Amino acid sequence: MTAATPPIDARPATLDEGYLREQSKLEQMVGPEWYRLLKGLVTNPLSVAGILLVFGFAMMALFAPVLAPAPNENWDPYRIPRDGFRAEPTPPGTPWTTNVPANVPTWYKLVTGNEEWTHLMGTTGGQYDIWYGLIWGSRTALIAGSFVAIVSVIIGMIVGATAGFYGGWVDEVLMRIVEIFIAFPFLVGALILASLLTPLFGRSIWPTMIALIIFGWTGYARQLRGDILATKEREYVTAARASGAKDGQLIMRHVLPNAIFPTLVRLSLDFGAIVLSFAALSFLGVGVPEGYADWGQIISFARAWILSLDIHWYIIVFPGVALLLYGLGWNLIGDALRDILDPQLRGQQ
Amino acid sequence: MVAYIIRRLLILPIILFGVTIIIFIMMQVLGPVERSALYVRDVPKTQGQIDAIIKRYGLDKPVHVQYWTWLTGTTDAETGEKVGGILRGDLGYSRTGREPVVDMIKRRFPATLELALWSMIPIIVLGIYFGIQAALHHNKPIDQVSRVFAIIGWSFPTFVFGLLMILVFYAMLDWFEPGRLSIEYQREVMRPTFDRYTGMNTFDALLNLRFDIFVDALQHLFMPVVTLSVVIIALMLKVTRSSMLEVLRQDYVTTARAKGLKENVVINRHVRRNALIPVVTVAGLTAAGLLNGAVTTEVIFNWPGLGEAAAAAAISLDVLTMLGLTLFTAVIFVFANLFVDVLYGVLDPRVRLN
Repeated sequence: MTAATPPIDARPATLDEGYLREQSKLEQMVGPEWYRLLKGLVTNPLSVAGILLVFGFAMMALFAPVLAPAPNENWDPYRIPRDGFRAEPTPPGTPWTTNVPANVPTWYKLVTGNEEWTHLMGTTGGQYDIWYGLIWGSRTALIAGSFVAIVSVIIGMIVGATAGFYGGWVDEVLMRIVEIFIAFPFLVGALILASLLTPLFGRSIWPTMIALIIFGWTGYARQLRGDILATKEREYVTAARASGAKDGQLIMRHVLPNAIFPTLVRLSLDFGAIVLSFAALSFLGVGVPEGYADWGQIISFARAWILSLDIHWYIIVFPGVALLLYGLGWNLIGDALRDILDPQLRGQQ
Repeated sequence: MVAYIIRRLLILPIILFGVTIIIFIMMQVLGPVERSALYVRDVPKTQGQIDAIIKRYGLDKPVHVQYWTWLTGTTDAETGEKVGGILRGDLGYSRTGREPVVDMIKRRFPATLELALWSMIPIIVLGIYFGIQAALHHNKPIDQVSRVFAIIGWSFPTFVFGLLMILVFYAMLDWFEPGRLSIEYQREVMRPTFDRYTGMNTFDALLNLRFDIFVDALQHLFMPVVTLSVVIIALMLKVTRSSMLEVLRQDYVTTARAKGLKENVVINRHVRRNALIPVVTVAGLTAAGLLNGAVTTEVIFNWPGLGEAAAAAAISLDVLTMLGLTLFTAVIFVFANLFVDVLYGVLDPRVRLN
């Protein structure tokens, strides 16, 4: 017992590599938390697939004038050109006779070997060109989806942050208001409100977007309130308060940046989900006018051809696949973000 | 526990009050003439009649008075009868349905409920079963397949999926058709010899011992039920899987294994019970949320439920019908939420202690 007990493990204790390795330029720029998030996104194959899908749609939207040129210069690009008025849809590859796009782009000649413009994906009933609607519909999806999501998140953040930070009766009142809005089934509420707003705004993307915002912000408010409640009890917030930080400064500098990550997950999922709801409402016939370049609007033409969908499959399959892939892209990104941010999964990948 | 339930019950009237306020605000887009449909079946045509109606039902009174009248109804000065009043169960007249909104809801609700009830079966059985299997075989093939299914199913727009079902099973294969019943049975169930106990074809057929009608009703349920449930199966699968994985990592599970319990005892007694708590919440909320997905599903499959009525009313701007239906679904939603909250408190002591 006199001899000194040898150390159990003579090796030096290994520190987490993260403490020792040098920080890269990017990491110094965006901070460790954001760096881990970005790195996780580009190293996970599922989220890479999601990013590629969303990037693909962004390119489609950007190059819409080249991919699907309008019949003439004064054409409203979101109006799908009609090739006549016949009720029966025409299959892909049918030659285009009236309202033909002014110039046939080079890529089209190279890919199809055809000098004349045809209906690449066929037409709906009433002869709206599906290819044109699909391409320009990606702009509608990106614009409507991001507008609704961003406005909803801003409203939700203001309400949620106020409720979570101040607590007490402010919290009670704001959360009861949130609960009142949550009491409405989302799609039913949005459907009704959008149709009520249509006479006020005319048939455009606005009634649907506003309705989706009014019934969509509550999720963010609830989420952020909970995360802020958890964050504001941390020592560094108390320290900042003790050193005399004002309320606004405290929220913006210390609480919000640390409580925002779960909201990001929801936001990325919503970018896709909102477009799906938007399409569902225009499928039901609310919001955008007939012939507007929107995926749900094209699919709504299928309602007249339920009996012969096996012949006119192209009305639902092309825009349906576009919608599915768009939603899938954002869901893959959102799921990956959630895995990266889940503290219980941390260190596993 | 009692305090927790009482607190939830105290909030309930506040929420319901808020819901009526929002609906009442939305109703203000209507002029007094259109709002007269709250009390009379036919909206009057001549100016003299209109003025009389407005005066008779106080449609020109201040907003808060009108709100109160809308809630509790008013006494008709000429006939002395009580008219209107949503608290009395009078939601006004539906222009598209050509009947009182309440009658329309009574007639259509069983169809929607039947769809929702049958959808719960695949949601609970498949969603939970595969969620548990995926978690128990973490990163094995069944887990990978379930995850792929979950993410694709979750991304599928319900109405596109429904149309694809029609494309394959109706237009191409001709196995199933839209609607609630075949034509010959539609007349059959209207006859006085067929007792309508619930208004739901499958259950009524069983109670009348008409198995041919039961089978026919089931065949018509197939497409809408699959359409309605596929998105929610994906959701349940995700929730069950992640909840199971979380519980499997807990120390008490390790303890249970360390003290030598058999693996299936650990899973059944210690893991599954705790893992299913969040699943119950999601299941409860989706039961109410089925009304949501029902709008597009009912429209596509020509299913005469509440969702189809809401869509029809929205397109023809039949405001009173829309708001009546919204009020009804919102109230159901509020009570479903309350039920889920209470159930959650019963299942998980941690919730009610907070």
